[in-house]
Amino acid sequence: MTSSSDSSKELFERAVKGERRSLGRLLTSIERGGNEAEIIAGLAHQVSGNTHVVGITGAPGSGKSTLTGRLLKLFSEAGEKLAVLAVDPSSPLTGGAILGDRIRMDDLAGEESFIRSMATRGHSGGLALAVPAAIQLFDAAGYEPVIIETVGVGQVEVDVAGAADTTVVVVTPGMGDAVQANKAGLLEVADIFVVNKSDRPGANDARRDLELMLDLGHVSGLEQITGYRPPIIMANSLDGTGAEEVLGAIKSHAEYLHNSGTIHNRQKERLVKEIQNRIELLIGLTADGVLKSELGNRHITQVLDRKISPAEAAKSIVRLLLKD
Amino acid sequence: MGDYQQRVILAKLGLDGHDRGIKVVARILRDAGMEVIYLGLRQTAASIVAAAEEEDADAIGLSMHNAGHLTLGPKMASALSDAGMDIPLIIGGIVPDEDVEELMSAGIAAVLGPGASAEEVVATVQDAISARDEA
Repeated sequence: MTSSSDSSKELFERAVKGERRSLGRLLTSIERGGNEAEIIAGLAHQVSGNTHVVGITGAPGSGKSTLTGRLLKLFSEAGEKLAVLAVDPSSPLTGGAILGDRIRMDDLAGEESFIRSMATRGHSGGLALAVPAAIQLFDAAGYEPVIIETVGVGQVEVDVAGAADTTVVVVTPGMGDAVQANKAGLLEVADIFVVNKSDRPGANDARRDLELMLDLGHVSGLEQITGYRPPIIMANSLDGTGAEEVLGAIKSHAEYLHNSGTIHNRQKERLVKEIQNRIELLIGLTADGVLKSELGNRHITQVLDRKISPAEAAKSIVRLLLKD
Repeated sequence: MGDYQQRVILAKLGLDGHDRGIKVVARILRDAGMEVIYLGLRQTAASIVAAAEEEDADAIGLSMHNAGHLTLGPKMASALSDAGMDIPLIIGGIVPDEDVEELMSAGIAAVLGPGASAEEVVATVQDAISARDEA
């Protein structure tokens, strides 16, 4: 941030023309949320909808950043101008964060590519609003593809990665048996599986467990509904093994989405989800205000006196609010 | 100083593998509520300028333990000003007292030595950012 009074609109025009610093500043405004963020997201939305969004997720330490670094190199070599949004958790205690994903990407990035680190910042809905807005901004500025890298823990992070056009789930040997693989909601959002650290013992077991899980999808009929079976790719991001295959799988999946028309559903789902998140945020903010108001106090007192239940109080307040 | 989330880039420039100190500083700043973008070892002035643009950093901290500060410190400062970027640059590490003045006159915002406490580190970064914001 610099202490200049450039308006968001001017910054946006410059970012679209390729000025990286303006794009960097707009991303900061988006992260901060509020009116400016809405104005920027609005400008970006008008001219977005063109890029391919790739989500990369998996457990901490599974090699997401290293794989992303490999993809950065391959996409850059193929002449693509791509953006990476690397999301890392904020400390719930202090709000601070150490964002270290760039270490594994910088050497491999082409000059045209753009890497931005984003902290989860803990507050409700923040990430869920900031990430789609950042995607639209990258899209408007002509970046393709846009890669979103998030830790696969926490619903919001999984949602964010799962809302991509192509979601890559990175697993490592020793993550657990097939029952675990069925349990984890993370796996259901996968369009491509990568078994990373494939030189480690147990890599083939991990692959077999995933194959079995996908076979069960065939038995239950899930695969027939989607008509798509996620490929499983063995990779070792340290030496680059498998990275080209991951790139190929992302391109094949993109083709599948376009040929089957599924791409429109995905894009629609993502926008619907964003509207929903914004509704929830607005209602949440309204609720905060109401609880501090006279109306709220009246309900709180009745709940404390055991005259009405918390559920009845909530319904009554919402009913009164929606009337306005 | 505005009430916003401060983002600080930490990096080591050139051939200098002593990264214990920078890791301690990263943790100190994180625990003070800042977002630390950790670039790690073997950065160049150009890679730090690019990262500062993309990350919209509020400050840059360079860790130096190879006696290269009088060469690399001013080089980094001029790389930033050549790029038209007004971001405070802070050097931490092993810097002899008699070199501090030369660094400050080359545009370095502050120098932190090995005796600096966690409070001093945080205050120095915050002051450098405030000074820039008020300028």
